[in-house]
Amino acid sequence: MSRKLWQFHGGIKLPGHKALSNREPSIPAAIPVRLYLPLQQHIGITSHPVVKIGDKVLKGQVIARAESYVSVPIHASTSGTVVDIGEYPVPHPSGLSAMCVVIEADGQDLWIEKKPPKDYESLEPDALIHIVRDAGIVGMGGAGFPSHVKVNEGAENVVNTLIINGVECEPYITCDDRLICERADEVIGGARIIAHAVKAKRCIVAVEDDMPEAYAALERVSGSDIELARVPAIYPAGGEKQLILTLTGEEVPSGRLPIHIGIVMHNVATAAAVYRVLQYGEPLVSRYVTVTGSVARPRNVRALLGTPVRDLIDQCGRELGAPMKVIMGGPMMGLPVHDENVPVTKTTNCILVTNGPERGPEMPCIRCGDCVDVCPVNLLPQHLYWYTRAHDFDTAQDFHLFDCIDCGCCAHVCPSNIPLVQYFFFAKSEIAVEEEARESADLARRRFESRTARLAQEKPARKSPVQKEKVVVGGTQDDRGQKRAYIQAAIARTKAKRARAGEAKRSKEPSTAIDADSKSASRSDE
Amino acid sequence: MSIVSALLVMGTLAIGAALLLGYAAARFTRGSLSLTDKIDALLPQTQCGDCGYSGCRPYAEAITRGDADINQCPPGGAVTIIALAELLGRDPKPLDRHYGTLMPKQVAVIDEAVCIGCFKCIQVCPVDAILGAPKQMHAVIASECTGCELCIVPCPVDCISMTEVNQGIASWRWPRSQDASRISL
Repeated sequence: MSRKLWQFHGGIKLPGHKALSNREPSIPAAIPVRLYLPLQQHIGITSHPVVKIGDKVLKGQVIARAESYVSVPIHASTSGTVVDIGEYPVPHPSGLSAMCVVIEADGQDLWIEKKPPKDYESLEPDALIHIVRDAGIVGMGGAGFPSHVKVNEGAENVVNTLIINGVECEPYITCDDRLICERADEVIGGARIIAHAVKAKRCIVAVEDDMPEAYAALERVSGSDIELARVPAIYPAGGEKQLILTLTGEEVPSGRLPIHIGIVMHNVATAAAVYRVLQYGEPLVSRYVTVTGSVARPRNVRALLGTPVRDLIDQCGRELGAPMKVIMGGPMMGLPVHDENVPVTKTTNCILVTNGPERGPEMPCIRCGDCVDVCPVNLLPQHLYWYTRAHDFDTAQDFHLFDCIDCGCCAHVCPSNIPLVQYFFFAKSEIAVEEEARESADLARRRFESRTARLAQEKPARKSPVQKEKVVVGGTQDDRGQKRAYIQAAIARTKAKRARAGEAKRSKEPSTAIDADSKSASRSDE
Repeated sequence: MSIVSALLVMGTLAIGAALLLGYAAARFTRGSLSLTDKIDALLPQTQCGDCGYSGCRPYAEAITRGDADINQCPPGGAVTIIALAELLGRDPKPLDRHYGTLMPKQVAVIDEAVCIGCFKCIQVCPVDAILGAPKQMHAVIASECTGCELCIVPCPVDCISMTEVNQGIASWRWPRSQDASRISL
């Protein structure tokens, strides 16, 4: 049965390199000595640790709880001891460190008592959403958006179509392919559960047309309630809005979400994770990761979350010789790994080891328009580029900068080697910073105005402290110099005092406890 | 004859359109912001008084009157000066060092063990960012603090210090591409 498909604008046909890693069955990755679990593996508020250094934890035990609705808990991915909670390298474009819980594995991999919920069909969608959230499930296709938020969309909106996305369009990555081949029943089971939760009228599971084995596996287990679709392997066919257009012919309007046109999309790995929590009571503690490129045995591994990238590369046979670049994710959208100690997180789909040729030097734009032809969102990348270079971010936004999906097609085809996506990342983060500064300035202005009004109302006769301060501040320039000197002197005195206090504290420890008591007492008075 | 009638027709049309547009401009303008409002919107609202006025709004009023120059705001730095120059149609100029220098964003922190609850810092805080009552410990609400340093001078026990806002992974910004840095503002 062939279904009608639509075509999105642009995109590029890329060499897949999928056969490197999708022939062999996946193997479980070795349990590392230490696991590094970042407290932020999802979009939203950082989770809050609930374990202390020295605590013994079991596999599947909650080690950090969700702090708000758009947040998920994090679970220990093996049994062992918490040895540190501190800053360690995490997958991030900056190469900076962030808070992680470090677990020293005991090698026994003991599960906490699993409590699989009863049959999902008897559960209310509301209860399902809590189970999905408590299992720490986030979008495993790369975005890392907490899944329960998307599962909950059935509550307020009519969901016509649920799409389970197995379209792995980036070259080299085959983790979804292998997952479907080996666990098609889990993917389909998860799809049924999510369809039940969002009350979807129909459910489509989509794969690329170069994944025949996965398609056959899905065909074996899916019933009449699940539609299967094969879409052409054109990058970025697996992008959310691109896949929706390909399958339904509908476009998600600019600045809106798929739910606004009655569609919800989840990744196949997310669906499988949802199935595992409802069937076996297992929270999200491991995932399929493709280790590919210049390694001796490129393949897929089922890695515990928190496993350092170094261990996975070693397990798949590190090739000695020329220094290699390591990329987390695919060659188009992946992040360079600055430090091989960075751990596998909930969104890590691929570790690509490569010594491929460097991009040539950036040259001037020759206005060829190739980027316009390939942009899958119908943007004008060359305009965005010029306005970004000129720091004219307002005009860049008028040209729909925020509709850019960071796919990298424009940079890939650019004959002048312009790193266009990097410019757009820069523009987006600058706009976010400006927005933040404007918001805090507005807050300060409102507070200053209301304070001024309040002072005027309270004591019209008395000179307000602000005005008094003006005498100090608004004097001659010498006075201002004096004021600055006074501030510096005061800060220096504070520092000296604190240093002395620190020494005193160390010498007589018990007094701090009393201090703390009186402090909390005064706080409760307020 | 035809030329005269053409001129008449076009002239009448032009005058008619001009009247209509003039009326529309006067009738339908949205309550526009005063110049002071526009200047105030560009200032960083630190309310530090480094410019020599008691807050950002008074400084904006002084610029409108012509009493103050546009380069007296250290927390705003070059960005604010350029924005003001653009608004007022003047040439940008470097920050006047007499008023201070651009510093990274800071917030005040009260050493709670030392604080005696004198209430003096609360009285001078321009944005009511200090919480407390007489003879009770005071605390700075970090999210509301503008880092103006006005609370440091009145403190009789020197318990207030300034700390830099944590530049962690959340506040990291994408760098400009190497090549882009050749383009100046």
